[in-house]
Order: sequence, then C-alpha cells, then structure tokens
Amino acid sequence: MKTHDTKVVGHSVLKIDALGLAMGRASFTDDFTLPDMLHARLLTSSLAHARIKAIDANDALSLPGVAYILTPENSPRVFHTTAGQGFPEPSPYDSVMFDWKVRHVGDKVAAVAAVTEDIAEEALRRIRVEYEPLEAVFDVERALAPGAPVIHDEAEARAVIPVTYEPKRNLAAEVSFSVGPVDELWERSELRFNGEYGVHRASHCAIEPHIAIAYLDADARLIIRSATQVPFHARRIVAQVLGIPAGRIRVIKPRLGGAFGGKQEVILEQIAGLLCLRTGKPVRLRMTREEVFLTSRTRHGQRLRLRSTVNQEGRVTMLDLSTVLDTGGYGSHGLTVATNTGSKVLPLVNRTEAVRFSAKTAYTNLPVAGAYRGYGATQGSFALNVQMDEMARALGMDVLDFWKRNHIRQGESSPVFQALGEGTEGVPMTIQSCGLEACLEQGACAIGWAQKHGKNQKGRFARGVGMAALMQGSSIPRIDMAAASIKLNDDGSVNLLVGATDLGTGSDTVLAQIAAEVLGIPIDKVIVYSSDTDLTPFDTGAYASSTTYLSGEAVRRAAEDLGRGVRRVAGKMIGEDPATLVLEDGNVKSPRSETSLGDVALRTLYQEEQEQLMGTASAYSEQSPPPFSAHFVEVEVDRLTGRIAIIEYVAAVDCGVAINPVLAEGQTEGAVINGIGYALFEEYLMDSNGKMRNPNFIAYRIPTTRDFPNITTILVPTYEPSGPYGAKSISEISINGPLPAISNAVFDAVGIRLRHAPFTSDRVWSALRSI
Amino acid sequence: MNVCFTLNNAPTELDVGPGERLVDVLRARGYMGTKYGCGTGECGACVVLLDGEPVNSCLVLAPRVEGKEVITIEGVGSPLQPHILQEEFSKAGAVQCGYCTPGMILSSLALLARNPNPTREDVLRALDGNLCRCTGYVKVVDAILSAAARMRERKES
Ligand code: FES
Ligand code: FES
Repeated sequence: MKTHDTKVVGHSVLKIDALGLAMGRASFTDDFTLPDMLHARLLTSSLAHARIKAIDANDALSLPGVAYILTPENSPRVFHTTAGQGFPEPSPYDSVMFDWKVRHVGDKVAAVAAVTEDIAEEALRRIRVEYEPLEAVFDVERALAPGAPVIHDEAEARAVIPVTYEPKRNLAAEVSFSVGPVDELWERSELRFNGEYGVHRASHCAIEPHIAIAYLDADARLIIRSATQVPFHARRIVAQVLGIPAGRIRVIKPRLGGAFGGKQEVILEQIAGLLCLRTGKPVRLRMTREEVFLTSRTRHGQRLRLRSTVNQEGRVTMLDLSTVLDTGGYGSHGLTVATNTGSKVLPLVNRTEAVRFSAKTAYTNLPVAGAYRGYGATQGSFALNVQMDEMARALGMDVLDFWKRNHIRQGESSPVFQALGEGTEGVPMTIQSCGLEACLEQGACAIGWAQKHGKNQKGRFARGVGMAALMQGSSIPRIDMAAASIKLNDDGSVNLLVGATDLGTGSDTVLAQIAAEVLGIPIDKVIVYSSDTDLTPFDTGAYASSTTYLSGEAVRRAAEDLGRGVRRVAGKMIGEDPATLVLEDGNVKSPRSETSLGDVALRTLYQEEQEQLMGTASAYSEQSPPPFSAHFVEVEVDRLTGRIAIIEYVAAVDCGVAINPVLAEGQTEGAVINGIGYALFEEYLMDSNGKMRNPNFIAYRIPTTRDFPNITTILVPTYEPSGPYGAKSISEISINGPLPAISNAVFDAVGIRLRHAPFTSDRVWSALRSI
Repeated sequence: MNVCFTLNNAPTELDVGPGERLVDVLRARGYMGTKYGCGTGECGACVVLLDGEPVNSCLVLAPRVEGKEVITIEGVGSPLQPHILQEEFSKAGAVQCGYCTPGMILSSLALLARNPNPTREDVLRALDGNLCRCTGYVKVVDAILSAAARMRERKES
C-alpha cells in the first residue's frame, strides 16, 4: 500500500456546510418563496388498476383561488422514464405525466395549482374521476404467468436500448449470463445447496419530502429548484416531456434533506414546470409524507433463488443466482437494479468453475420501485451471505474461514465484471485494491467472534453472532462522467464548481478537500458550489457510489489544471522554472524564493498579461473499483416473543483512502441503521386491494434513538490507484450488511434460518414454533 | 386573529388564521429553520420550544401560542456566535443533510436545561421523537454528550 503525506485529504476536517445547517439557515428547496407563488397538489389514484373513462375538473376549477388543473386531457402524452440515468436510458419509456390509466394506488391522476395549499387540497376533492376498474395483479409470479392482466397495454411503451422488454407479458426487463458448466457441476456435486430468499420493498424515508419549485426568469426561461440527486438528468427529462430545449431550462439543486436513491427520479419537476408555464406564475409542488410512500419510489422487492456447489476442501465451485424483481406499476431502474443484484455480489466469490445469473423484472399493480442505496446488492448479498453460512455449517467450518478460502483478492478478477453491465456488456476489471481479508479479521476481533460464535445457548434469551462479506462499486464504468471547474480569486481563494450533488453525505466537503490538497491551500479557501445546470459543469449525478471516486477525480484534475497555470505565472514572477515549483500553504515555492497564490491572482487579474486563471476537467470511469466490507453483529433473541435485539454491530470497511474519516464513518453508521430497520421492521403492509396500510412514520416505523445499537466502524485503509488520492466509494455498501448478518446471527443463537425479510417478532416467533 | 407571544425573546404580534399551524406561520415569516417532514407529528423536524418544552409545531395551532414563549433554531445561536450544541454537532459529524438538525438541537437544548448532566440513556430517551435517516444517531449522541460537558464547564468557570 502506498502512503501519501497529505495535509487535508485523509483528515476529518469540519463538514463545510455543517454549522450553517445547524443554525437552520435557509438552504433547502422549500426555504425559498417567491411573490405570487402558487401551491400545487397531486390527485392520486385510490385504485390499483383502472382506466380513466372521464375526468371532470370544472367544479374544482370554479373554486376561488384555483389557478390551473392538469389532467390527462391537457397534459403532454410523451413517453419517458422518470429514472434519472445516463442517456439513452436503460429503463423503459413507460410513463407519461398523467395517463388515462392508473397502474397502482398512488399513481398520479391530476395536479392542481392554487393560491394556497389548502385550496389546492379542497380542489382535489372536487375533481370527479370516472374509473373503469381493471383486474389487478400484486404478485410477480402471477404477473409473469400467461393470462395475467397486462399492466402496460399501451402501444407506446418501449425500451430505448436493445434489451428484452415485453410489456404484453408484464416483463419490464430480463438479463442473464452463464459461464462454465453450471448444470454439470450441480448434477455431480455431493455438497450442494439450494435456497429461496425473499427481500421486500421499502421506502427511503428521507426526512425532507420530494419537492420542486418552478418559476420563470426575466427572459422567460424555466427555472426549477428541486430536491434532486440528478439535476442534469432532470433538465434533460423536463425538456423531453415539455418539448422545450434544454437550454431554456435551468435546474438548481440547493441543499438536500437526504435522498438515498429516492431523489434519482424525476417526478415533480415536469409537473411544476408545466404548471408554471401554463400560469406564468411560480409553482411549488411538495409531496405529503403519504405521497412519498405511495407515489415516489421504493426498493425493489425480490424473490431470489441461489444454488451452489462446494467441494470437500471448502471451495465454492458453482454459484447460480436467479431472481424476480417487483418493479410495481412502472419499470424505473428495473433492468439495472436486476443486473446489480448479480454484478455487485457474485464477484465476491470468484474461485468458482461456473457462475450463472438470471433476473426478470415484473410489472405489478404495486408502488413503483426505483433506485435505493445498495441498488440490488442489498438483495443479492442477503442470498449469498446466508447461503455461505449454510455451506460453512454443512462443512463443519467456521464461516469466517470459509469466506477466507473463497473471496476475491487484489490482483484477481471475476468473469461477472465482463458479463454484466448496465443494459450492455460489462467491463473486465482486475481488482487493484482489496482489504476484505483485513476487514474480516479486524471485524471478527472487534466483535469477539472466536469467543461468541457457535455457543448454542439455552434459556429464554439466546445470543448469537453472524457476519456478512460485502462489495459494491464506485461509479458506473464507461457510462458515468463527472466534470469540475475551478477559478482563482484575488485573495488566493478558489471557486470550485461541480455538477456533483451533495445529498447530505458531505461530498462538497470531500471535493473541497481534494482541491485544497492539490493547490496547497487550506480548506476554507475553497468555495464550493453544487449544483446548477446553468453554472456548474455536467455530472451524471450522485448515484452508483460515484461522487468521491469519479467527481473527486474530476476535481483533482481540474485543480491540477489550475495549478499548472499558477506555476506558469509564478515562475515568471520569481524567475524559476514552473516545473520545479510546489504549491504549499497558499504559496508557490522554489527552494530559493516564493510568491503567494493571492499575488499570482492579483497580477493575472489586474496587472500584467491579464487572464483568469482557471482549471477545468472531466473524469470518465473505465472501471468501478469495489469497496469491500465485512459486517458482524451480535443479537439476542427472545424465544418467548421472537424479538431480536441488536447487542453490538461492527462494520469494517475498505473504502480505499478515506478522504474524510469522520464523514466516512457517518456514511457507514447511517447505512447500517437503515439496514437494521429494513431487516427488522420496515415494511410496506398492503391490503388485498393493493393499498398500503401504513403510509406514515407511526405505522411504517423507521429506526429512532430507541433502536440505537452499539455500532463500531473500522476503516481499513487500502490504496486504490485509479481513485483520487487512493479513494473508493463508501456511501452504499454498508446498507447491505444487516439483513444477512442478522439472519446468520439468529441462526447462531437459536437455530432458525430466516430467509424471508423482514425479521419481525411474529415471523421469528412462528419460525421458533416450527422447529 | 391576532396572537401575542414571545418569539426568540422578542415580543411579537402576528395575524393568523384560526386553523393555521405554527410550523406554517413561522415558515411564512421566514423562520425557515423549522422544517416540515411529515406534517403529522411523527418526525420532529418541526420541533420548537414552547415555554421551554419541545413540541412538534405542525401539531400546534398558531392561536395556542398566545402569551407563551416560542424559541426556534434562529433563536439559539448565530453564525458569528453559534451555540455550543451547534458547534458540537458540526464537530462530531452529527450533521449530514442537516434537515433534522434544528429539531434535534432544540430537543437537546430542552434536555440540557432540565438535566445538565445526562447519561447516554437520557439522551436517547429525550431524542426519540426526532427522526434522522442519515446519521444513525451515533454522532448525534456523541455531540450532545460533549456539548453537555462543555456547557457544564462553562457554568462552573
Ligand atoms: S413535520 Fe412536524 S413532526 Fe414531522
Ligand atoms: S442529518 Fe439528514 S435526517 Fe438527520
């Protein structure tokens, strides 16, 4: 491992926006009002599957204060995907703003803009919709079976890249690959395993609900302030849906109140934008919490089947993972989440002779799935890690040793990397940094694995430990691109402009640290602005764990670019060869003399050979180096009630060089708690008509301080040569751990195998009854 | 109708509708630190102190604050003079997206006013109405405990 003597990178500098946020300073989308602003509300469907025969908004329109109502009748019928992804998108074009058909409870039917939110709400009640109910389908197997009601029967629904898309069979996506003699190994192996695993849909629950505010500037350009992870995709999709040039639209992303994938979706921007264009007034459209649950996006529920074979030495010889995903009423991210279920999981075990993966994504009349932190890896990791535990136990081995015999290492590859891309083939990749072995060792040591594992306790309260090995990626190779520009100011400070979107993760701080490191200036000399489609360069957005790795590399290069200009000018000023100058402490130095960045700026801005010194650069990813992690948990199971208590949780993570260790820990802790909530109690409870029974924080419980477990994060340093200052990603990986680690720990404690999440007390209780 | 109350220590008179909620009234007057996360009293993003007690301002009808004292996050510290809690939240890494932070800080302030030396358990109990989806609460609790220690020191000296 290379070590670098860095001054800012690798240090836990204060998050640059923390204090302002702690003051409650106006920074979020909704902290901004405009004169004459209208407030919009959505009318959503109470039926899971129906055709709209007629819609009458006259009564609502006559309500004083109502300015405009959008319905299927007067809104553009442009087929698009709401998924904010690279273009052309791998998700099908199966959505229109307001369709004549509703495909799930919570589907959008109309939108009202009025002078107050209350009036808009009253108007919603006065819109009369005549529905023709259609048979609905709530189960993926049923949806894919012949004769099932067709959810997308419209002719226009289509895929825009060459992939399998058969809406007439409710098949939103399909992907598969196979390397080596899978069936032969299965037939002739003595030690073989076959299990079904179920993971469920869940809500991101960012505390800030989805919101967009649209207004016209003095030149009648459409300005949209939005809580989005993907401002550039939002601009493109709004342009597409509204039929106006992208140049006539500006999307501004202010501070974001959490996102986790939920705001990688363009749902509100085009509606607020159209209402604004139709009324000429600013329009604010914010989802209620119930709408966030029903109308925004969820994690894809999956039904996975994993088959594997293992030889007597404890080497996994074959993995065969197949899965069916429930994408709900629309196919957002349906193909790519499917792919990632294999591509971000199977390479972990790379000593196999054969590996197969197949996935189908089905439409159902349930809430729509989309991107959610973990993005398929959460689901796939559950199946793999539980089965690894089953295999190890069958072999009489400690699962930790079993993992050590099977996991991928530095300098190695997996055929899966090449086989699985995002709607295309993948990219071959050799792992250049892997700290998984150290994660396994240090994590085991921290939890006390050797003393606690395999104790088989009697009595009402039984404790056990479980673990999981994980990987993710860092950006989407050969698809993602990030850019940055940076300019020098009078006093030696710099403006760093990035299209990368800080969701609350602290990426603005991490990017500032990288720029400061390159230019040899303190972090408070870096003024970060992110992101605004008019002002900042392009970035595909904050998803796929790309920001530190890819946007960070763009920032590093842009800062290098500026640094070259600074050296060139300073060389002239002090009569030295620019190539010999170093940037340090705000100065440009040779062994003999120096000048300051401020003086360089003053000269170039005001005095001689004037120019604006600036740097600009792009980074495009050729690979997606995975972060690795090992998670360990100790649980206590109450045999009487089935309740699982988390006693201690340890996450050991290799994210390469952590640019800011405290922020990296924060990403890990947040992801772990979210994963624990998902494993234990977060769940959509649906009634028989496809309606969610618990769309609020009382009934859909998310972790509170009451659930606060003892979490230890161990950052295991490695150095990723392709990343800026050796960095890889960290934001997603740790949400994948709790589900399998807890399931394995419960087995260790009481001998029941939980293969279907969430592990609610009733489920555990009935499983305990049946042994 | 008019309501008279003290807002961040300043006597205030506002014209409000009988059905208007405190969160909306405050935000409409520019007190944007009071956030909206659910509107139904379940998330704590809209917490303000009402006579020193944390309340979800989305559940408080504006006329109810007549004669009372309301503290919002704007009344806690200023950029030039942040409150110790605000500093410690920033230092500990307890602010990720920051959407829950004002509510968290106000709940902590109420806790520390009645219990300057809280245990970890006390903190967990006092904050259990403030949802945070980003931090996992680990650093939030650390921040409150170290702020409490600093505030005690300051009192003693
Ligand atoms: S907005 Fe008041 S508690 Fe959530
Ligand atoms: S920091 Fe984002 S919700 Fe708490």
